[in-house]
Amino acid sequence: MPKLIRDTATVFSREITPELRSPVSIVLAMGQPLLFLVLFGSMLVGTGADLGTGTGDVWQWFVPGILVMMCLMGPLSAGHSMLGELNGGQMERFLVTPISRTAIILGRTGKDTVTLFAQAVLIAATAIGLGMRLHLPGALATMVLLTVMAVGLSALSYVLAIASRPSGNLFWIVTQMLIFPIMLLSGILLPVDAGPGWLSAVAAINPVTFIVDGARALFTGDFLSASVLSGAIAAVAIAAIGLILSTRAMKRGI
Amino acid sequence: MIRAEGLRRTFKAGRETIEAVRDVSFDVATGELLALLGPNGAGKSTTLRMLTTLLPPTAGSVHIAGHDAAREPGRVRDAIGYVGQKNASGENHRIRDELITQGRCYGLKRRDAQRRADEVLETLGISDMAARVPGTLSGGQRRRVDIALGLVHNPSVLFLDEPSTGLDPDSRAGLWAQIQRLRREHRITILLTTHHLDEADRMAERIVIVDQGRVIANGTADTLKADLAGDWLHVTVPAADAARAAGLADLMAGVSDVTTEGRTVNVRIADADAALPAYLRLLDHDSIRVTRASVRRPSLDDVFINLTGLRLEESGDAHEATTDEPTGATHA
Ligand SMILES: Nc1ncnc2c1ncn2[C@@H]1O[C@H](COP(=O)(O)OP(=O)(O)OP(=O)(O)O)[C@@H](O)[C@H]1O
Ligand SMILES: [Mg+2]
Repeated sequence: MPKLIRDTATVFSREITPELRSPVSIVLAMGQPLLFLVLFGSMLVGTGADLGTGTGDVWQWFVPGILVMMCLMGPLSAGHSMLGELNGGQMERFLVTPISRTAIILGRTGKDTVTLFAQAVLIAATAIGLGMRLHLPGALATMVLLTVMAVGLSALSYVLAIASRPSGNLFWIVTQMLIFPIMLLSGILLPVDAGPGWLSAVAAINPVTFIVDGARALFTGDFLSASVLSGAIAAVAIAAIGLILSTRAMKRGI
Repeated sequence: MIRAEGLRRTFKAGRETIEAVRDVSFDVATGELLALLGPNGAGKSTTLRMLTTLLPPTAGSVHIAGHDAAREPGRVRDAIGYVGQKNASGENHRIRDELITQGRCYGLKRRDAQRRADEVLETLGISDMAARVPGTLSGGQRRRVDIALGLVHNPSVLFLDEPSTGLDPDSRAGLWAQIQRLRREHRITILLTTHHLDEADRMAERIVIVDQGRVIANGTADTLKADLAGDWLHVTVPAADAARAAGLADLMAGVSDVTTEGRTVNVRIADADAALPAYLRLLDHDSIRVTRASVRRPSLDDVFINLTGLRLEESGDAHEATTDEPTGATHA
């Protein structure tokens, strides 16, 4: 087996083992998206709003947004745990070993993505319970799109954690000041075209908007929509930038 | 086995430039145990981090087992084990899981990694804690896990940054027994830092003392003590005679320092065992009545104080050789 794959498996297995030992933590970690889904989602459905899905199923419009939200929030705890290991002796311990530096990022990103995947399945299952119609091929395609983005976001959170050493201040500033605006301005909870013009203008340059739109189209099975292509491009771009920056930061040493 | 040449490392903290290591060079032979001593902030950990490929030096070079750390870091990493100053086991991970991961990082097969994990757990006496997470361990137990992590892959060169900090005397003795065994059985080369001077004195073949980023002494414990400290003579005389007794001490050969503290005269002198009878005769000749006399061998602590003006640890382990002198005994 090539060393990179072997090393990635080693890191992945280290990171996933505690989750497997107490799977409850995966559910607890998705408390917030679940709350949004059940409480906010139910209210949104209750308003009977026409959100332009064509199918008229508000759940099918809302759930992809919640999944994106989860992909945005998940990496925060990953970056946070990395920050702890950078400041403690753990990361140093790994960097002294001959393990591939790229594998340290890939293994961790892989674990984050698998965790998100499990959470996404739970979210979708809950939504079905609440009355969502499921387009299975569409839902699977959505997951692929979101997985690509999740890889990039998780890698970016590691770049941020490395750059924030040792205080971690930068990490919190960026995540607190950036994540929420990005989320709200991508139309996750409500359509952005409902807001004033400047708001839609900002949303139009937000890469997450493309992904949310793409995910919504895919989720209903509309594979040929133009927004699927732009969403895929945005996701691949985020993943590429994240992986390049993070492996570079890791190779430079800490 | 280890060669550090002209190591230098600066850090930028805001506008300030911190010279953590200014000029450090030394060699460690295969199978040797070298102790790196120095006060807090002397640059010991920074030096170790450069030697273990963690930190690129601002200037200078590192060779481990013949490999240049800058050009062949992979080769160097294969050969070395490192126990850092901070705790190395992950908060959410069971001890045994971490040891297996560590073995896998060094390329051991899963089966072998498991076997080695169980072995080091056993040797460090933490088998009972294998399934616990580090947060539930005591400080000393955690330290033993760190050391276990550094030993999993049987390194041929081992770097230990204050391994015995936080260990009780029993665990320290256990750690040293383990280190001595590794040296005996595998001829492993060891470079360690410590604030316990007695450990360095007894265990290290050679001692390098750094202060403010520079090597200020390099030699065996005995040569350092002889060259840099010298023995002490202490005599107690009537207060009125103390100044006169000090004056007489100044006349003796090999004296490097004379001080008085109330009724006690302290004389730093080469070969104090031979000098004591001569000094007592001199005092007796001048009718100064000596009530106590003692010889003190220097400790590494004395070497340290002489070189840096700092005490490295609170209780030096000076070997006092006190002899109570009854009043007539000087008429020998
Ligand atoms: N990452 C860093 N950024 C800025 N300054 C640093 C950094 N690492 C170390 N220093 C500074 O470099 C100097 C040497 O630190 P080092 O950790 O090597 O000391 P040490 O000899 O190991 O001390 P101790 O006995 O306390 O462990 C100190 O003044 C420290 O503040
Ligand atoms: Mg240190």
